Amino acid sequence: MSESVPDHPRPLGEARSLGEAGTAERGFVQLLTPEGERVHDSDYDVELTDAEYRGFFRDLVLVRRIDAEATALQRQGQLGLWASLLGQEAAQIGSGRALRAQDMAFPTYREHGVAWCRGVDPLHALRMFRGVDLGAADPHAHNFAMYAIVIGAQCLHATGYAMGIQKDGQVGGDDGQAVIAYLGDGATSQGDVNEAFVWAAAFTAPVVFFCQNNQYAISAPTDRQTRVPLYQRAAGFGFPGIRVDGNDVLATYAVTRQALDDARHGQGPSFIEAFTYRMGAHTTSDDPTRYRIAAELEEWRLRDPIERLRSFLVRQQIADQGFFDEIDAEADALAAQVRAGCLALPEPTPESLFDNVYAGEHGALQEQRETFLAYQSEFLASDAETERSTVPGREGSRR
Amino acid sequence: MTSMSLAKALNAGLRNTLDTDSKTLIMGEDVGRLGGVFRVTDGLQKDFGEHRVIDTPLAESGIIGTAIGLAMRGYRPICEIQFDGFVYPAYDQIVSQLAKIHYRSQGQVKLPVVIRIPYGGGIGAVEHHSESPEAYFVHTAGLKVVTCSNPADGYTMIQQAVASDDPVIFFEPKRRYWEKGEVPDDVPAADWYPLHAARVVRPGTDATLVGYGPMVRTLLESAEAATEDGRDLEVIDLRTLSPLDLEAVYASVERTGRLIVVHEAPGTLGMGAEIAARVTERCFYSLEAPVLRVTGYDTPYPPSRLEDDYLPDLDRVLDAVDRSFGF
Ligand SMILES: Cc1ncc(C[n+]2csc(CCOP(=O)(O)OP(=O)(O)O)c2C)c(N)n1
Repeated sequence: MSESVPDHPRPLGEARSLGEAGTAERGFVQLLTPEGERVHDSDYDVELTDAEYRGFFRDLVLVRRIDAEATALQRQGQLGLWASLLGQEAAQIGSGRALRAQDMAFPTYREHGVAWCRGVDPLHALRMFRGVDLGAADPHAHNFAMYAIVIGAQCLHATGYAMGIQKDGQVGGDDGQAVIAYLGDGATSQGDVNEAFVWAAAFTAPVVFFCQNNQYAISAPTDRQTRVPLYQRAAGFGFPGIRVDGNDVLATYAVTRQALDDARHGQGPSFIEAFTYRMGAHTTSDDPTRYRIAAELEEWRLRDPIERLRSFLVRQQIADQGFFDEIDAEADALAAQVRAGCLALPEPTPESLFDNVYAGEHGALQEQRETFLAYQSEFLASDAETERSTVPGREGSRR
Repeated sequence: MTSMSLAKALNAGLRNTLDTDSKTLIMGEDVGRLGGVFRVTDGLQKDFGEHRVIDTPLAESGIIGTAIGLAMRGYRPICEIQFDGFVYPAYDQIVSQLAKIHYRSQGQVKLPVVIRIPYGGGIGAVEHHSESPEAYFVHTAGLKVVTCSNPADGYTMIQQAVASDDPVIFFEPKRRYWEKGEVPDDVPAADWYPLHAARVVRPGTDATLVGYGPMVRTLLESAEAATEDGRDLEVIDLRTLSPLDLEAVYASVERTGRLIVVHEAPGTLGMGAEIAARVTERCFYSLEAPVLRVTGYDTPYPPSRLEDDYLPDLDRVLDAVDRSFGF
């Protein structure tokens, strides 16, 4: 789609309606069918080199493997919890690869694939889920904000960040910056998310809301959140909404790239609904057999994002068995590396409890820290003593 | 009497409320088909239907705000907030609306809404899943705040809370959900221990330990361990935080002369601060030592690998007992 670039924000009401043409017959934008056939969309087409196609495949396989390894680590008691991305790889890699280095991403707790695209060490997420930290990171190191656990909160942060970009005069050209906020279908019910939509629209903020509609918010199906398809809701806020096949990495890439480009050129927010499916449990502590049927799972298995790209690569002779073997070997090595890295994560020191509560001094907390340290050392000393004459009543003691 | 876990006891109590009063409703995220993430509402939607046990959209402000409207219409909503750290999106509806409407209407509008909140740490959870926000609600006039520590109380207190014409914030100690105890399911409601009364759960003579919710078991274990040191400690389960029932505490302190208050929430301006002040006013001449507190630190709840250092445990409680006797 060619589009003249306005040098001022487009007035509301004139906002371009994204992709209605290509959407009509399939219900969403699709560039690769579940059978791996390349189809075309009049609004969203991408021209990719063979190497780029192979790159997408590699990403999909590697993030699936990281995810599988983390799930296994949780099962073995090495992680307290894990939120799997299984089934959502294409939505995350497609959108993640559409970002440019200067763009900023605000994830939820499930965006391990986007993190991968941003160059974030996979161990980053594992640290949080292992409980050695609370997701500590410098968001500017990779232009990737910390994981958000409170549903929807990040959408407002993303909008504010986008407003900052705007104030800095960094929209309106090809080198402009844009923001992407990730959210789930459940999150669209939150007040914060709706407020983010209002703000983004009112200020024409350069932010793309990327909703992975994986059909469930824990056990609640999407129709518990909305009576209209989610992408249609955007219109009510005054910006374009579009639905894309979330299991099609090419389509999610194309649609997200366009939306980010619009944002960076000053056309304001947009909403993308990536229509996908969560193949695993909500998290490792969830039991999905209580609320969904096996047949549904089977149906979605046929739309697997990796298999369809594999078929395409084979059919077009873009990749041969040697390539697939190579990627598998790379995935094995990566998994081993993730496992070893996880087991080697250093434990936080007890007194680090008190670190960074404030940026400045806080006398009262300093006092607590000293009391804590005194208690710990006193305890350790008396512990050495009791080792000789064990007090039976204190057998439950942790030290 | 039947032996069951706290989660099951709460489930049985909720089942009774749905059974006996057709105006009661359960509403919250995943409370229906899933039965709640802790299975406290397990099977209730199946037996009472989707109109009584409602899976809500994912919106806490919405859950409480609509409960207020339903209550105005004569219903008695029992809301579940999935985890302590997710009550804040509903905070405005709770403190600005739910708590104040009876007062504002000069008593004409009653809002019999119960808000169940699994709270506290100790289960190795991720951020926002281990908080103890009780003080925020106790500080707000118009709300009643209670917390159970065992299955028997869980069973009766939830039913009493639903029967209350005031809004009740009902804190459930999530790390005790799986612990079993005898539940008096054959005792008539008229004979139940009152909702807004503290209880001496272990009589003792040498010092008083006061706690509530998840800490009660820790206190009982501490008292048991202290017998090895020849100390006979009394343990009081506060049960009700607003209104705060300190009569049993005053009486106890007058006998023992020593008081240690224990909670998971940060110490500053927590329940312990209030209790220490009140006990000092009332029992000054009976005290052999200052009232001591064992609490969480004034930090955010830490990553789970550090929660053993953060949470009051048997050792910290006994250390405080030693300090009390050292005065
Ligand atoms: C404010 C808030 N309420 C409740 C929760 C508990 N919770 C965690 S994930 C989740 C479902 C989220 O569904 P959705 O937004 O569709 O994202 P998904 O997990 O499916 O990717 C819920 C209810 C939370 N984290 N934050």
